Amino acid sequence: MLGWEFPPCISGGLGTACYHLTKAMAKRGINITFVLPTVISNASPNHVNLVSSEGKILTEYMPEFENISFQKIHSPLRPYLDFSARGSQKKKFREMRTWSSNASKEHDIYGWNIHEMVGRYANKVRKLATLQDFDVIHAHDWMTFPAGFAVKVDSGKPLIVHVHSTEFDRSGIHVNKMVYDVERMGMHEADKVIAVSNYTKNIIVKHYGVPAEKVEVVYNGIEMTEDKNNNLILPEKNERIVLFLGRVTMQKGPEYFIAAAKKVLEKIDNVKFIMAGSGDMMYRMIEMAASMGIGDKVLFTKFLHGADVDKAYTMADLYVLPSVSEPFGITPLEALKHNVPVLISKQSGISEVLRHALKVDFWDVDQMANKIIAVLENAPLRTSLRENGHKEALKLRWQDAASRIEQIYGQMLVKV
Amino acid sequence: MASVCFYFQVHQPYRLRNYTIFDTTSDYFDEEKNAQICCKVAKKCYLPANRLMLKLIDRYDGQFRISYSITGILLEQFKEYAPEVLETFQELAQTGCVEFMAETYHHSLCSLYSQEEFIEQIRLHVENIQDYFGQRPRIFRNTELVYSNDLAKFIEQTGMFEGMLAEGADHILGWKSPNYVYRPVSCKKLKLLVKNYRLSDDIAFRFSNRAWNQWPLHADKFAAWVNSVNGNGYVVNLFMDYETFGEHQWEDTGIFEFIRQFPGEILKHPDNDFKTPSEVIASYSPVGQIDVPYTISWADIERDLSAWCGNPMQQDALTKLYQLEQQVKSTKQSDILRDWRRLQCSDHFYYMCTKWFADGDVHKYFNPYDSPYDCYINFMNALNNLKFRCRKVLSRRNVQPVSIPLQSIKNNSSKIMVNT
Repeated sequence: MLGWEFPPCISGGLGTACYHLTKAMAKRGINITFVLPTVISNASPNHVNLVSSEGKILTEYMPEFENISFQKIHSPLRPYLDFSARGSQKKKFREMRTWSSNASKEHDIYGWNIHEMVGRYANKVRKLATLQDFDVIHAHDWMTFPAGFAVKVDSGKPLIVHVHSTEFDRSGIHVNKMVYDVERMGMHEADKVIAVSNYTKNIIVKHYGVPAEKVEVVYNGIEMTEDKNNNLILPEKNERIVLFLGRVTMQKGPEYFIAAAKKVLEKIDNVKFIMAGSGDMMYRMIEMAASMGIGDKVLFTKFLHGADVDKAYTMADLYVLPSVSEPFGITPLEALKHNVPVLISKQSGISEVLRHALKVDFWDVDQMANKIIAVLENAPLRTSLRENGHKEALKLRWQDAASRIEQIYGQMLVKV
Repeated sequence: MASVCFYFQVHQPYRLRNYTIFDTTSDYFDEEKNAQICCKVAKKCYLPANRLMLKLIDRYDGQFRISYSITGILLEQFKEYAPEVLETFQELAQTGCVEFMAETYHHSLCSLYSQEEFIEQIRLHVENIQDYFGQRPRIFRNTELVYSNDLAKFIEQTGMFEGMLAEGADHILGWKSPNYVYRPVSCKKLKLLVKNYRLSDDIAFRFSNRAWNQWPLHADKFAAWVNSVNGNGYVVNLFMDYETFGEHQWEDTGIFEFIRQFPGEILKHPDNDFKTPSEVIASYSPVGQIDVPYTISWADIERDLSAWCGNPMQQDALTKLYQLEQQVKSTKQSDILRDWRRLQCSDHFYYMCTKWFADGDVHKYFNPYDSPYDCYINFMNALNNLKFRCRKVLSRRNVQPVSIPLQSIKNNSSKIMVNT
């Protein structure tokens, strides 16, 4: 299995998804070798057996990950920086060139030299694969697709690409052509494509020319742990809180959140809006709130870690996901797990799964504000959404995703 | 001797438009959509069904007899959007073979919340029926066949009616058969007809279901079932939504053909006939009592009130709505009163039901909203605006709201309203 994020070194939902998927799959007895690029930091996951190209590094052992070995490759692959690049059409993992793009900086979200890094990663993985015994190659998101393809060519084993997001979600209409090409290549060369929602599947079919029968939908889930944080004693608050939690970037629709906040504050007073997260649009959002005259009602927390995330959810009266294009959206499930009602964008994968949630088109600021006010002002609405939503969220289990993936592996192996 | 008693419920709500907290106008209802739906149903159901009924009444020379209950708000909509439908109903009235019954004008649940409002809505409805059809209703059926002992007693005390209709639910009939006339345990003179839900639902729900072991249902087969009642009962009460004919069951299921042949098949047996509810009550004596200590209805599997007041949102909406009665009536403004009454229509609360939301079925199919939450939000926004209008009028006049003793018909399962 090839990925580039794994807790605690995460920046988005991909790492969380990989963590839970591998955990659930390991429980089913699937043996996984998970190949990560080295993230330049000292924090290494302290719960797994690590194998690097240099040899074994013994660390603390965690039973859930018994069937998984983690391999790090030295390649400074870092997601989500300002950048853009271009590569050649064929054999992307070999012939890379870089240059600075003409596209506006706002739409560039990757670190520089990205394709060179993707290529290096692919090479290393290829070498590593010759030392491994495996039945299936499972690659998560575009950065690992060239590597996956290379291994498939060498080994002849079936390749599954798992699409957690596409260029269309991340960059809207200003699609980075090179990334798009890699994504498309991966989807076409793979034997099966897994999409995290029908919403994403439709994008894949429509914009990447992949036949619908090739794409399987496997929803992400939520882990239902015994939540010790449920007994969090918080300082008494006398204001209602509306929460945005996620990367502050175009894809997540932060400006619609701020615009809706303004409309809400025109009608009711006793409420604060929290934007928890960081990203390339953060300073713009701070300016936007200030210029709208609501700077004192909108708080920015920057990136939250660990227990702070739980605190944020527990304090919230409503969680809003105003995403412009969200392949799935795990955060509303996390909110519901903390008994917080949710308002989600219809342009998201999660909205096809949740019924007990308020839904709105991301651009419809009036309706967004209308529904925010309705939830804050009407206790029966809040309670119904909270209770029914919580029960509904619990039904999305990682073990169901894992079992579905196991089924797909089975189909692939029968064919071979 | 088996008398077939047909009763058709005819109703359309005034559906709300998309109304946000930012809206300030007092037009809460989606006129365009309501007109569109009214015309569509007129074309698919009301007109063809009425014309068919007229033909059958004529062909069988008075032996084919039926009854309707048409809500006041639909009569208004006919007048506005589809007057030709009203004309066909009037023609039906003139045949002398069609009975019209009484209900609450606004298809509301006010019997559970305000005695005074309940009486007013019944009176309004009775007047309308007299005006349009030249008949004075003798039989009362409450909205969605909501019924209880206390309700029956209340209706008897008004002195306006001789009989009532109720759902023949298993859990109240017990071993008793729906094919007889009964007396409510709380009454001395009022008589009760209960729906034979098996046979009624065979037509209204199962008719086009190919998985049903009795599909396809032809008139002769059904007539055989009616014949088997002979000796086991006097009357077969077939109560259903009129939209069965053309809307719930589309024309291509053969539903119109079924009805076309129905009277002939029934009348083949010399002991059978058709009777309207009043005729049934006049012909047969009650064979026993029916005890309904808690409120029932004809909705959903539970046959209770959970379709409209089962969840906190519904209860909140209903409570806040009826709490406004004093203020609304104090304003003495007809537009405010009219809007308040239109908000009482039980359909609004039906759409807020979350019971089957996850599984999706009947509730969802007829629901103009994507979700019950959207409906609640819409409704509360409109209600808030109405409240605001009342306050504006009353503060201008500096009037104290008139104190109306809010007395609901006492009932085990309904809330006793308290003035705030």
